[in-house]
Amino acid sequence: MEDRWENIKTIMANFGISLLSIVVALIFGIFFILLTEQSPVTAYKALYQGAFGNFSNILNTFWRSTPLILTGLAFALPFRAGLINIGAEGQLLMGGFAAGVAGYYFTSLPGFIHLPLAIFIGMLAGALWGGIPGLLKAKFGSNEVITTIMLTHISIALTINYGINKLRTSSRMATPRIESTAALLRFKEIPKHPIWGKLPFVEIFAEPGIRLHMNFILAIISAIILWYVLFKTTLGYELRAVGFNADGAEYGGINPGKNMFITMFIGGAVAGLAGAGEALGTHLSFMSGMDAGYGFTGIAVALIGQTHPIGVIFGGLLFGALNQGGLEMQFAGVPSEIVNIIQALVIFFVASLQILKMYLRKRKEKEGVE
Amino acid sequence: MSREENYILEMKNITKIFPGVKANDNVNFSVKKGEIHALVGENGAGKTTLMKVLYGLYDQDNGEIFYNGEKVNLDGPQSAIDLGIGMVHQHFMLVDPLTVTENIVLGNEPRSGIILNQRKAREKVKEISKKYGLYVDPEAEIRDISVGMQQRAEIIKTLYRGAELLIFDEPTAVLTPQEIDELFEIFKSLKEQGKTIIFITHKLQEVQEISDRITVLRDGESVDTVNTEDVTEEDVAEMMVGRQVLLEVEKTEANPGEEIFKVNDLKVRDNRDLPAVKGVSLTVKKGEILGIAGIEGNGQTELVEALTGIRKIEDGEVKVRDKNITDFNAREIKRESVAHIPEDRQKRGLIMDFNLQENVILGYHNLKPFSQNGIIQYNNVANYTQKLIEEFDIRGGGLGSKAKNLSGGNQQKLIVAREFSQDPEFLIASQPTRGVDVGSIEFIHDQIIKKRDNGAGVLLLSADLSEILSLSDRIAVIYEGEIVDVLKASETDERELGKLMTGSTVETGGEDSGR
Repeated sequence: MEDRWENIKTIMANFGISLLSIVVALIFGIFFILLTEQSPVTAYKALYQGAFGNFSNILNTFWRSTPLILTGLAFALPFRAGLINIGAEGQLLMGGFAAGVAGYYFTSLPGFIHLPLAIFIGMLAGALWGGIPGLLKAKFGSNEVITTIMLTHISIALTINYGINKLRTSSRMATPRIESTAALLRFKEIPKHPIWGKLPFVEIFAEPGIRLHMNFILAIISAIILWYVLFKTTLGYELRAVGFNADGAEYGGINPGKNMFITMFIGGAVAGLAGAGEALGTHLSFMSGMDAGYGFTGIAVALIGQTHPIGVIFGGLLFGALNQGGLEMQFAGVPSEIVNIIQALVIFFVASLQILKMYLRKRKEKEGVE
Repeated sequence: MSREENYILEMKNITKIFPGVKANDNVNFSVKKGEIHALVGENGAGKTTLMKVLYGLYDQDNGEIFYNGEKVNLDGPQSAIDLGIGMVHQHFMLVDPLTVTENIVLGNEPRSGIILNQRKAREKVKEISKKYGLYVDPEAEIRDISVGMQQRAEIIKTLYRGAELLIFDEPTAVLTPQEIDELFEIFKSLKEQGKTIIFITHKLQEVQEISDRITVLRDGESVDTVNTEDVTEEDVAEMMVGRQVLLEVEKTEANPGEEIFKVNDLKVRDNRDLPAVKGVSLTVKKGEILGIAGIEGNGQTELVEALTGIRKIEDGEVKVRDKNITDFNAREIKRESVAHIPEDRQKRGLIMDFNLQENVILGYHNLKPFSQNGIIQYNNVANYTQKLIEEFDIRGGGLGSKAKNLSGGNQQKLIVAREFSQDPEFLIASQPTRGVDVGSIEFIHDQIIKKRDNGAGVLLLSADLSEILSLSDRIAVIYEGEIVDVLKASETDERELGKLMTGSTVETGGEDSGR
């Protein structure tokens, strides 16, 4: 019982630190807003309104957080096993590209096969792109930071520069539009849907401005599954053992290399799902620029979420809200650069307060040890 | 202020509170000028805290410190050093790629202009070295010299900074018997030159041998200060633990059965890919303890890692119950009913950030009832852990506490509990009581003997010769990766083993020329 209370206390403390860093970032943001001779009050009001002001804004916050939750998970899981996966961006691109191609390539499949197949292909492509650095790390000890970055460069060239140019059929920098059988259901289409439309209260989604689609649900499910895997299964036990102490894990009959590969493979699959969701849900094709730095923002998302799968959901929602609300701030007259600065400030303070927390813990340990 | 002139140091009513723990509770500790004063106590008794207060690393919450009769206020190591207090740490504070001389003068270099005056520094080092009989090679790099010489370099460093009062934090933990003798010679010579020594240890034999007075701490309180000549080892042990302790291991004659473990011409390489184990052959019978005596770094670590499946075997054969396990990995070897207490509990034996129940299943997490179809059955694990905590008297935390929050002795008990409760037929115990308090040592020794008496075979490795001698039935001596001799424990002693361990029956001349 006491342990559970301890757990809750730690979670609350972590939550508090994340919250504090956001508040500090917003306070510093005031300075930058003043530079543009705008009222910070108006700007922050717009930020809040844009993110949470009404029902469709809230759902669009969810929509914008979807890929971020997934790339956050793609960073968080390997991090628990002691690996730094910088390459979620590349894994997302590979997943999005593969899913996008599968989405238009198969023309006569029924939806209940086509969509899962396209998602599976996307996840597999991402998984391979994550698994390769994992394998290299396990076999040769290659530094995964370097290999994932390099693979990201390769994937940009492969998918955007070469892939799109090779496959596009119009002037739009994108692969051909996917078949409707491969499209992820959008919330605004639910009321008209033959099956889901029969559910009660679904009319509330009947607003043209809502862009949320089913990948959000998949992202939440992914987070819950990964939480379960990480904390309830022997696989998760082994991953965490390797992350905390690879020598100790090895002594316990755990193969660190194998676990490094598995964790990078799963991480890549999750990033691939982020890409597949963007291709099959948001853009209905693989599009140049659709990655939008999600892979890198995912690192901040994971850190805000304390690399805990459930925490990552909240980290993703925060950044989704900043993106969504930032748009409204622009309408209120704050230049988009300032919006970017405020987002960067949040990341900056989350990261630095995270270090503060580590420092405090170290010091506490030092004093506690006899 | 001071009532008696001859006290160099008086610490009065020192209290230091950490969140939830009174590490020092009204401790009184006085040291006379020119004496060797042993500070003893179990792990967690408050020795290190007290010394950190003295060295200015912690501020006491209450109490006063007098140095040479004057009240002092220590706000950092520098103020302690300025007063003439020097500390020789257990883990040496030396910079590996620098030479002995450079390390000694570091932070206080003799200069000509802005350039380090190497010649002057070397002369100074030689002068101190000669005065106190502290042999070092001033030109050698730290990483190339023996542990004993590194320690001497540390001592010279404190003397170079003008220390009058030297604190030694468990200085013998890393030394061979011969090196310990040398260290005690150094103690005597320092004493003759008027230096005062505080000697922190929990090896009572050494306390008896070298100290003039003893202060015992228990649970953060000072129990008593006594003259060494007035007490026996047993008296001190009792003061430390608070109850009577059996220092001698009680065991009956071994009753060896059939062979259970056999190693044939084993060859293993170390991390630098050099041969570390060069053709070792051993057999262990059921109901027998085979001790391996040797100076650390003679292939023991690599031998154990190879036998437990962590390190690759280059050549040779390992058999359990006539089953060839040479190519088995760590998990498969565990499944052959081979348990392993690793030499480094923090690096290998435990995942320090895992809690107790997670640690209790390390290596067995794939087995029923701990897991089923890949899902860990935390209810079963919790019950099991609770049982072990009671059975093995593990203190300092419940199921959910992290292993790193336990004291060293309790961490070791946790490992012993895990490995022994799986009912192994063969046990490899490496340094099973290193850094463990007296009460826990007695307990762990008892458990090992009990396993033997129940018919398990035991391979015991320890840097502590008295442990090897008291537990083992037979003793194999390892030197430079080879077994140089196998003796019956009842027919040998520390001196003979010590000589075999250094690879010769010839006098070693007391000098380690570096490795």
